[in-house]
Formats: sequence, C-alpha cells, structure tokens
Amino acid sequence: MVKLTIDGIQVEVPAGSTVIQAADAAGVEIPRFCYHERLSVAGNCRMCLVEIEKMPPKPQASCGMPVSEGMVVHTDSEMVRKGRRGVMEFLLINHPLDCPICDQGGECDLQDEAVSYGRDHSRFEEQKRAVSKPDWGPLVRTTMTRCIHCTRCVRFTTEVAGTAELGGTFRGENTQIGTFIEKALTSELSGNIIDLCPVGALTSKPYAFTARPWELRKTDSVDVLDALGSAIRVDARGAEVLRILPRLNDDVNEEWLGDKSRFAVDGLKRRRLDRPWLRENGKLRSASWEEAFAVIADRIKATAPEKLGAIAGDLNDAESMLALKEFFTALRSPNLDCRQDGAEFDASRRAFYLFNTTVAGLEEADALLIIGSNPRHEAPVLNARIRKRWLAGGFTAGLVGEAGELTYPVERIGVGTDALKALADGTHPFAEVLKAAKKPMIILGAGALARPDGAALQAAAWRLAAQYNALRADWHGFNVLHHAAARVGALDLGFLPGKGGKSTKAMLNGGVDVLWLLGADALDTKAIGQNTFVIYQGHHGDAGAARADVILPGAAYTEKHGTYVNTEGRVQQGFAAVLPPGDAREDWTIIRAISAYIGHALPYDTLEQLRAHLKASYPVFGQPFIRLAGNDTTAPLANPAALSAEPLAPVFGNYYQTDVISRASPTMADCVAAHYPAKAEAAE
Amino acid sequence: MLKDSDRIYQNLYGQQDWRLAGALARGDWNGTADIIARGRDALVEEMKASVMRGRGGAGFPTGMKWSFMPKQSDGRPSYVVINADESEPGTCKDRDIIRNEPHKLIEGALIASFAMGAHKAFIYIRGEYYNEAQRLQSAIDEAYQAGLLGKNAANSGWDFDLVLQRGAGAYICGEETAMLESLEGKKGMPRMKPPFPAGMGLYGCPTTVNNVETIAGVPTIMRRGGAWFAGLGRPKNAGTKIFCISGHVNNPCNVEEELGVPLKDLIEKHAGGVRGGWDNLQAIIPGGASMPILNKAMADVQLMDFDSLAAVKSGMGSGAIIVMDKSVDVVKAIWRLSKFFKHESCGQCTPCREGTGWMMRQMDRIVQNKATLADIHLLEQVTTQVAGHTICAFGEASSWPIQGLMRAFRPTVEARATDYQPPQTVAQAAE
Repeated sequence: MVKLTIDGIQVEVPAGSTVIQAADAAGVEIPRFCYHERLSVAGNCRMCLVEIEKMPPKPQASCGMPVSEGMVVHTDSEMVRKGRRGVMEFLLINHPLDCPICDQGGECDLQDEAVSYGRDHSRFEEQKRAVSKPDWGPLVRTTMTRCIHCTRCVRFTTEVAGTAELGGTFRGENTQIGTFIEKALTSELSGNIIDLCPVGALTSKPYAFTARPWELRKTDSVDVLDALGSAIRVDARGAEVLRILPRLNDDVNEEWLGDKSRFAVDGLKRRRLDRPWLRENGKLRSASWEEAFAVIADRIKATAPEKLGAIAGDLNDAESMLALKEFFTALRSPNLDCRQDGAEFDASRRAFYLFNTTVAGLEEADALLIIGSNPRHEAPVLNARIRKRWLAGGFTAGLVGEAGELTYPVERIGVGTDALKALADGTHPFAEVLKAAKKPMIILGAGALARPDGAALQAAAWRLAAQYNALRADWHGFNVLHHAAARVGALDLGFLPGKGGKSTKAMLNGGVDVLWLLGADALDTKAIGQNTFVIYQGHHGDAGAARADVILPGAAYTEKHGTYVNTEGRVQQGFAAVLPPGDAREDWTIIRAISAYIGHALPYDTLEQLRAHLKASYPVFGQPFIRLAGNDTTAPLANPAALSAEPLAPVFGNYYQTDVISRASPTMADCVAAHYPAKAEAAE
Repeated sequence: MLKDSDRIYQNLYGQQDWRLAGALARGDWNGTADIIARGRDALVEEMKASVMRGRGGAGFPTGMKWSFMPKQSDGRPSYVVINADESEPGTCKDRDIIRNEPHKLIEGALIASFAMGAHKAFIYIRGEYYNEAQRLQSAIDEAYQAGLLGKNAANSGWDFDLVLQRGAGAYICGEETAMLESLEGKKGMPRMKPPFPAGMGLYGCPTTVNNVETIAGVPTIMRRGGAWFAGLGRPKNAGTKIFCISGHVNNPCNVEEELGVPLKDLIEKHAGGVRGGWDNLQAIIPGGASMPILNKAMADVQLMDFDSLAAVKSGMGSGAIIVMDKSVDVVKAIWRLSKFFKHESCGQCTPCREGTGWMMRQMDRIVQNKATLADIHLLEQVTTQVAGHTICAFGEASSWPIQGLMRAFRPTVEARATDYQPPQTVAQAAE
C-alpha cells in the first residue's frame, strides 16, 4: 500500500495504482474522457491533468502516473485549471455545436465538463473540421465529426470484445476512428461502445432521435435474453420501453451487455398479445377474460388430471412458474416440464445444472474445456470474461464441438463425443493441459444437454471434471452454460415431471389432452397432438400462440416484478418498468385468478405473500448467493453407453433471433440481414 | 577551432573509402576487444567522465542514461535502439555518418550494447534514407563477414547482433517511444512516460535509445579517454559536435566543431559566411526546425552549446543551423514550419492534434495580413496551451518556433497586423 495526499486528503492505495485511481478512492473528482477503468490506459485526452509536487513544473496526466509514497497531488490549482481549460478549448474547436440535435445531449461527458472548463465563447475563427459518417451496421450510429479521438471504442473492441475491427486511420488532425473499410461491426458486444463514447460520435441507431435522457423513467431489472442475468436499466417514457442499458455488476456482467439484450427492446412493442383470444371454428377471436376462463375451466374440469400438462418457456419469472406448478399440483397433475427443448438430464442436485465456477470465479481458472457450446453467441458477456482471463495469461482453452470463431484461441479437440473419450483416456494432448492445470474448468453447453444423449454427456463431462481434479472442496470446475433465462429457476422450483409424470416429449403427440404453455414457443408446435387443447399464456404472438386454442395475454420481463435465477444459480430480482399492454396481466396473477375460478385458489393474494411462500418452500430463493463446493463427486445418473457419435452443435447458429422478443424486433431482423445474408439462389 | 587531430569523423566528407578496409585504415575496430575487456562498469564510468550529452536534441547525459539499464537481468533481455530517424528539417549529420563512417556507428553499437548488457541492437533508419540504408546494411554485412558482429563479436567474447530497420517516413517516429512502437510493428505513436524505456521499452524489455552521433562517438571516446572528450568544448557542454549549416550561406556544409564555438565563427569560417555578408543576416534557427529562432542581435554573440542556447530560450537541438538573410519573410518561414508540424502530428493526444492545425491556420492568416493584434496574442496563448500538455515533446517542438518568432521578431509580426481591419459582421433586421 502507498500513502499519498490528494488535495489535502490522505489516501492509501495499492502499489501500482495510478493517481486517478487514488483520486477516485479519495473521492476527488478528476474529469476524464479517454480513461476507463476497464480498458487500458491511453492518456491521450489530457483532461485528467493534475499538479504533482516535486515533479517537473508542468501538469501531469493522472491516468498514467503511478502513485509513489508521500506524493502530494493538487487537482484544483491554477496550473491544473489552466491546463484543463486549454485542453477543453482544443476539444471544442473542432467539435460541432450541434448539441440540440445530438442524441448524447444530457448524458454527454463533453457537455458536462464544458460547464466546468469551457469558455463562454469561442476564440476559434477558422473552419471547423467535418468528416463523413461511416455505416457501422444496424446498431451503432456514427457522427464522426463529433469524435474527440479518445479511442475508448478502439480499445474496447480490441481488448474486451476481441474483434480488432476499429482503429485510427490518417494522422494528426486528420485522424479518423473507424473500420478502415466501411463495414458492419461484427462483435456481439458492439453496443457497449455507445455507452463508452464520451461524446455523441457513437450513438444508438435504433434509438436515434427518440428521447432525451431526462424524459426517461429508469428502472433496475435483470436481462432475460440469455441465462447470464446481466444487470440492466430499463429506460421508459410513458407506456413505452425505449432503451435498455447495462448496470454495473462486477460479479456478472461488469458493465457490459450483449447486443441482443440491448437492442431487442423494440420487439417489446410488436406482435404483443394484449387481450385474451379464443379459437372458434379454427379461427382466433378476441374474448374477455371471463370467457377465456370459462372455456379453460370447462376443459380442465372435463379432463383427467394425468391428461393435463404444462410446459414452461425460457423467459419466465420464478413467481409465475411457482404459481403454475402449484396450480397443477392442486389439480393433481404430475405432467410438468420446463425443458421445452426436450433436454432430459439429472437435475437431482443443483451442482449438476449450475455454472458452479461462477462468472467471476472464471478469472481464477487456468484451463477451460468447452463442450458443445458457443459462449460467444450463448452468453457474449461471459465470453468476454473468458477472453479477459485469457488476456491475463497462463490460460489454455479447448473446445469439443462445432462452435464458430471465438475471441480467444481454443484448441479444437474434435467435434464429436469421441473427443471426450480421447480426453478421458488421456490419448489427446489436451488431457495433459487439464492434468497440469491447478484450477481446470469445464463448460457444458445447453445445445449438448438438449441432445437425446444429453444426460450421458452431462455425466461424461462431470466424470472428466472429477478425473482432472476440478471437483474439490476449494474449486468447482463443472459448469453448465444455459441459454434460457428461466431454466435454472425452474429447475430449482422442480418444474419437472412428478411421480409418473410426463416430460415434454411425452406430452407432445397427444400425450396430454390439455396443454398449458407458459411462454413456451421454442418447442415443435406441430408435434402437439391434433386433439390437444392448448392454452398459451405469454406476451408475444409467436409459435405457441399460433397453435393455441386459448390465449392468455401475459407480461414481458420489463412489465413485471420478477425473480430470475441465472446460470450460476444467482437469484436476482427485476422491477416492472411499464404496465403490460391492453388487458395483459402479470403472469402469476393470471394463474392465481384462474385457480380461484376453478376452485383451487392458490394461497397468496399479493406478490409479497407469493414471495414469502416461494422463499419458505424453496430456501435457495431466500439465501444469499454462495459458490458451491465440489467435494461431492458423485456423478449424475446416466447410461454412458448412450453417447451418440453426432457432432456437438451449439444451441443455435443465429445469435440475433433466439426468442419471441428478438424475433419480433425489427432491429434484430436488420442484424440478421447484415450478418447472416440470405444465400442467393439461381432462378430455375 | 577544432584541431584536425581531435576530429572524431576523419571521413565526414566521404573523400576516403567508407568500407571496412578504409575504416580499419582510420583506426576503427582497433582493439575493440580490449575496450570490452575493461568491463561494463568501466565503460559506463568512462562515458560519464566524457560528459557526453545526447546528440539527438534533448542533451541528456549519455553515461547517466546508460547507467539506468539493469545490471542484472530479471529474465528479460536488454535492447539498444539507435535512432537514425533523422527527420528534423535542416539536419543531415547522421546521414553523413552513415554514408561515410558507418563502421564508427557499428563499432559504437557493439561497445554501447556491451556497456548496457544488450546482445541485440536495432538501428531504426528513416525510410527516406534509402541509399544510406543500403550502404549501412552492406557495412553491417561486411562486419558480420569479418567476425566483428555476431557470435563472439570482434573476439570480445560478447555475442552481438545488429538489425537495421527502415521506417516508413514519419517525423514522430524519431521520438524514442514512438520509435519503439514502430519497431514493434504498431502505429508510431509515443507512449506515456513513466514507464521509461530503461524499465519497459521495446517489447516490454529494458531499452535505451541513443542517437547515431552519440553512438558513433563512443569508440573514439573509449580509445582516447573520457578526459580527452571532456577537455574539448565548455564545462558541461563537452566534446565535438557535427553542425549542419544550411540556408543563405555561401558554402552550406556539415562540420565537426567543439561545442561552445561562437555561431558567427562557425558560419564565417566553415560555411563561407552569410550570403551578402554578415550584415545581410536576418535570422538563424540554431538547432533544427523545432528550436526557437534567433535574430541577428542574438546571433552576433551566440555560443553554440546546450546551456548557452537554453539561456536565450532557444536550444541546441540536433545542431542544424538554418541561416536566413534579409530576403526572407521570417513569418512565412515559421508558418512553413507550422505546416510541417501540423502534418507530422501523430494525432494521439488532444493539445497537439487540435493545436498544431489551429496554430498553422493562425500563422497562415498572419502571413496573409489577415490577423489582428488580438489574434497574435491569441496565437501566443495557444502555443502555451500546447507546450507542456502533451504525451511527448512534439507539443514543445511545434510551439517553440512560434514562441521564438514572437520573442525575436515581435515588431515584424505586429507590423503585419496593424493595418488589418476584420470584416464587420453586420446585423441585419428581418424584413
């Protein structure tokens, strides 16, 4: 630790810190444009100048200056003020005066600092510089005339995103930040450069000219478009969610957010189910809640309990799944499943289906084996964390499966399950890497679990983890990377077939007569039995609603107070930012209402009561998050002989459209058009 | 005047053979192994005793710079980088050393690298020096063939490799950390300091960057002793230096002289005097484009060494003396330098990126008689906002010529502005 004085405040910071970090620790504000705590130090904006005693008599850039014992720093001396005013004047001479039409207005660092260090008029009488606006694809809008060349976006794409596609071309005042050859950004994290840009050079293209930040109501929530559970802030105006931004959570997403989670927001306004619908003579007609309930009640009462079934989808909150489970329990039906992808595996212990190493714990690992997953698509922010670990050095990654390009080098061991056998018997050289590793970890993808031999893969991966000493009291190296945000919560709730109950596969093809789909759209709706009566509860008119006989309009994740459990098993709560559209309701209240209508009223009337009940029945929902220890090495139950030779494909190939919200989003459709162009076919 | 026997560069004008045979005849590579046998510390001490100051421009004591290199490796190799990116307008001393005395540089590289514990040195040569690079490379090849480089270089027991790398033609790559970036294959942009190259330089390893002239002088200093070198010139400004005299003189030339030689003597005796006589002198830039200009009154009495020039707020720089007679429009001359610096700014940090263009445009208006006195005052302020606020010394390099102009030629500049009336912005009422 090093002691120094900043503006008379004594602080102690770790050796190797910089003066700006020490000032942040001391609570002394230093303006900055290029410096960002999660990026490398560039030192190019020169705004963070400070005066340091016993140094050459000129201002020093605090972002790059290491602290030393007894250093005395002044951040508000005459020299500092003069220096910063000078820098501010330089930044402004070629910056356009277009704040009134700039989307960054109100949340612009340059605007804010200009209040402190700007002049009341310009002394610059020459021509201002102007440059063209390159097209960086459907997400990031560029106005490079506003660029102050801080290179945060360059450093982000190079360091964090791992797609070194931005850089500076030309020299001096002609420097332009760009892709050199104009093209769409390929990173799944490209939206973060909008947040990083301290000025209005990079703004959100879909959100352009939509709102001013001071008009927005900000609500904290949790992202559900992948299973990482990134912390988000939902910005809404009136009844409309306008944008989604990441919030800080060092344990999960640091301060990044995947492009789908950020930009699929316009899907929340389209194809919404805003009133109940009934199918009559093969056609859907809108109905009242009363009518819908009456039809459902008639059906359920007329059906034997073992012919009732419920499948929960991927975006649900724990509250609605608990309500549905308890409703079905009251109806004495054991037919429940949350695995609409048909995955069947041993979920008897939490460790079997969690990302046990944890996202932050990943930074301790020194070897990684990915099985049947493409983290870059399935959890881009987690993928950035893996890259961060790789950048730190002393880390080797291997891959079994068909994942495309990742942002760190991986040794491609094989695409099929024979590669797992080669690792188990030590014939593949990567086995030596795992053997030598102190903290090896294995990531098993959702795509692998959803295969017919998912259980055997789960057991094989677990046994590899045990074999290579990844299951210890101080380290748990077995990880499942889910893709569905609701999955872990549902597994924790035991939203699984009860005694004698039917799984998803068994419920399809006429296995049940009444099928309740709670936001389940990813299953093959054509496989639902012809005579099965389908009740679809959800928020988007997608595959499930198209097959439904009754549609109950629910709330999307921005419209309800919900509890979600991420792939690590971290229980998090999101708050409602807006009300559900039209007649739609929060999902648990729909189930509560119909349970009373049928005569099996659930024992809670308010969300508080429901949550109290949830915590009492399932204690993990009330406990603080802890990393599981790996000392119990008992393997999941499975028949290892069942491994099929099929290549291990990732859970999906198209990152941008994976769920009802992103499928309804025009922005995501633009991304698909930009990144997955339709193959031209010759006319016959 | 410097005695011929005290000249380091016997073949500065290329009248003799530049190849190894000629170099050996001039005494290069004589007893190199014995010099190295003296040991690392003795060589650094000899260098300190010589009071040699870096010949690249900043004038940092070379012996002290060498002593910053780690004595004991922590596992990382040490490197020596020799700066042959001679791009300062008016400067051509390194060019002639490389053309005519390449073996002095190569031998110096071996001795200096040994003294800093480096088994490998790089010479980063300006891209435009194509012919010079060819010649230097053939000299290096000769040295390898003669066993003077490579394993057990010159029978000294020290393994040493010398690599010549051509730049791509950017002034800023002469800045030592930008040079390291460029050597590493990146865009030549200066690095933040600290960390200094001696701790973390090329590829993150301890590195010292020295100018060609500094290194080429090393073998002679080692042979004749630091005391000999320190005995030339003035206290703290010891030894000889190559001056590059250009501009309105009768005989533009490179000449090796003692430091502290009077500027007037240098021009009169070596360059054949100013065109039209000393009285026709208007201005002299004493140290390459980035050093503040001197007017005739200053030039009359100026001594040419680091401290004397610093005392008049100018600088020794690279030793390039640019002479301007009375036919020159000094304001336009400095504008041309501003244009050069605007063109060569790397664009990394704000004050330089934005300031060089602004300064050039203001100079442009002064040249065109379209500036007011207030504009001149503003220009002076802008130069102070750039200098001292940048990552590297380019901020100073680009503002000092203008500041020097304002100090030495204030009346000339102001005369440009007194008659100018800016066009009035007339407010028009809406119809």
